Order: sequence, then structure tokens, then C-alpha cells
Amino acid sequence: MAAIDPLHQFAIERMVTLPTVNLGGVAIDLSITNSVAAMMIAAVAICVFFALSAKGQVVPGRLQTAGESIYGLVDGLTSSMIGHEGKKYFPFVFTLFTFIMFMNLFGLMNLLGLEHLRMFTPTSQVAVTGALALITIGLVIIVGFAKNGLGFFKLFVPSGVPVFILPFLVVIEVISFLVRPITLTLRLFGNMLGGHVVLAIFGSFVAALGAFALSTGGAAYAALIPSALSFFMVVALTALEFIVGFLQAFVFAALACVYLNDVVNLGHGH
Amino acid sequence: MDVTAAKYIGAGLAMLGMIGAGIGLGILFGNYLNGALRNPSAAAGERPMLFLGMALTEALGIFALVIAFIILFVKV
Repeated sequence: MAAIDPLHQFAIERMVTLPTVNLGGVAIDLSITNSVAAMMIAAVAICVFFALSAKGQVVPGRLQTAGESIYGLVDGLTSSMIGHEGKKYFPFVFTLFTFIMFMNLFGLMNLLGLEHLRMFTPTSQVAVTGALALITIGLVIIVGFAKNGLGFFKLFVPSGVPVFILPFLVVIEVISFLVRPITLTLRLFGNMLGGHVVLAIFGSFVAALGAFALSTGGAAYAALIPSALSFFMVVALTALEFIVGFLQAFVFAALACVYLNDVVNLGHGH
Repeated sequence: MDVTAAKYIGAGLAMLGMIGAGIGLGILFGNYLNGALRNPSAAAGERPMLFLGMALTEALGIFALVIAFIILFVKV
């Protein structure tokens, strides 16, 4: 069997080469790559979808129901996790959820089943997920200081703790707070990367076993059975990837709500 | 030992981290099903928490996968 290279699909290729801008010594390449184009397509698709589904019909059609159910899902999330101040953070959480979900789902598409018309999944790049996680944690820290001032540091001192383990607990709490952007990044990145790698590997099984069966002939035709089984695995895995794409967007948004709840409702309950 | 051989062994060992994630997910879903059998009408209300818990637990197994990829593919 030929060498399997499941990581080739994550290569970034420039599509439109634009000049490099120098910002304070850091050279930023403004070219439109396949990753940037996929993010632009997701952003435009979100705007178009919600513009089209924002009709005011009393008995909603299917598109309006879909748009309203996404709104209802994120609204339920913010109001249950953050409480009565949840409405202020709703636009941010909604943007996060829909952007990540659309990027994840579009990454599974091929136009006409052709390999070079394949969409790219921007969330399989650490840069993209890292940026989203840093924006989320940055917002949490800014909101924490804006609402609580220096009382923000009370986040690391849980109440009702015996005094002699307090130093250790504070250190552990600070470390677990600082690890939050890392886990947010790696969770989304790992899920998307792992999903696409497994799809590529099972796809290569189909092709390699089929080629082996057809080229060798005779008893090797039995290799068509694992080839067909691998094909059904690819179908099942693609269905799983759709679920995982939606779920990871939901979990990112839910964790953003949980972290915001920690700083917004510091010291008192909902 | 050859560096490439060591990398492959390291990546394989790193994937042992998935054991914990598998056990955790089994416990999580088992407890949810247990509760859902006892109180079917309340099961739908807990389902968002089930998916949240599942994604958080799964994430730890996926961190093991990320370490395996780092061991395999990062050129030093």
C-alpha cells in the first residue's frame, strides 16, 4: 500500500497573493489563502442565512424556524448560565457559536465530489482556534476587571476553605484559569484535526484495498469486502463529523458562558 | 535507537491517555441512562448538560491525540 499522508489536506495554499504589510517589525502576509477564503465564505453565509430567515411571519416557514431555533439555543444558554445579565453577552456568544459551527460544517463539503474543489476547515488550524480562545478569555478578563475592579482576584480564592491550604489552592486556581485558553484552543483544534485525519485514513483504505483487489485479481478479490466496509465507515464517520462540528461549536459557546458567569456573578449567585 | 523509531513508540504510548477518556465517557453516559430510566420526563432537561460533559471529557482524550501528533510530526 502507498504511504498514507493524512496531513496533506491541512496545507495552506495562497489563492490570491497580496503584499506583505510590516506592522511594527512583524511582517504580516495579507494574501488570501484557502483558510482565509473559507472563513470569508462562512461569514458571508451566516449573514445571508440570517438575513433571509429574519422574516416576521407569525407561522414561520422552515428557514425562519431554523434561524429562530439557533437564536433560541444560544439565548437559552446565556440566560441559564449567566442569568439576567446574559442579554449583554448574547451577541458575542451568538457570533462565536454560529461562526465556529459554520466553519466546522462547511469544512466537510466537496463541490461535486472533486478533490480540488474541497472546502478547507479553518478551525483545524491552531492559529484560528487560538485566536478565538484568546478573544474569549480576553473578554472574560476585561469584563472581570470592569465589573469588579481589583475584586477580580477574589475569583481565585474560593469561600469556605480552611486557611492552611489556601496558598496551594490559590496557585492551583490561577494555573487552572491560565490553562483555560489552552484547553479551549486544543479542544476545538483536536476534534477537527482528528476527525479529518480519520476520514482521510479510512478513505485511503477504500482506495488502497480496492486497487489491490482489482490489480492483483484471483483470490485478492476478497479484499473488496474490507474496502466496502471502510466505505461504510467513511459514511458513518462523516455523519459523526457533522454532529461533532455542531457539538464543538455548542461547547465552545457554553464554556464562554460559564467563564463569563464566573466573572459577572463573582461573589453572588445568579 | 533510531529517532524515527522512538517517535513512533512515543506516539503509541501517548495514545494510552485515551483509556481515561473512554472510561470517563462510559461512566458519564451510564449515569445519564440510569437517571433517564428512573425519571424519563426529566431526561430531556438534562440532555444539554450531558453533551457538555461529553465534550469536556472527550477533550482530554483529544489532548492525548494532539501530543501524539506533536511527537510524530514536529521537526526539531
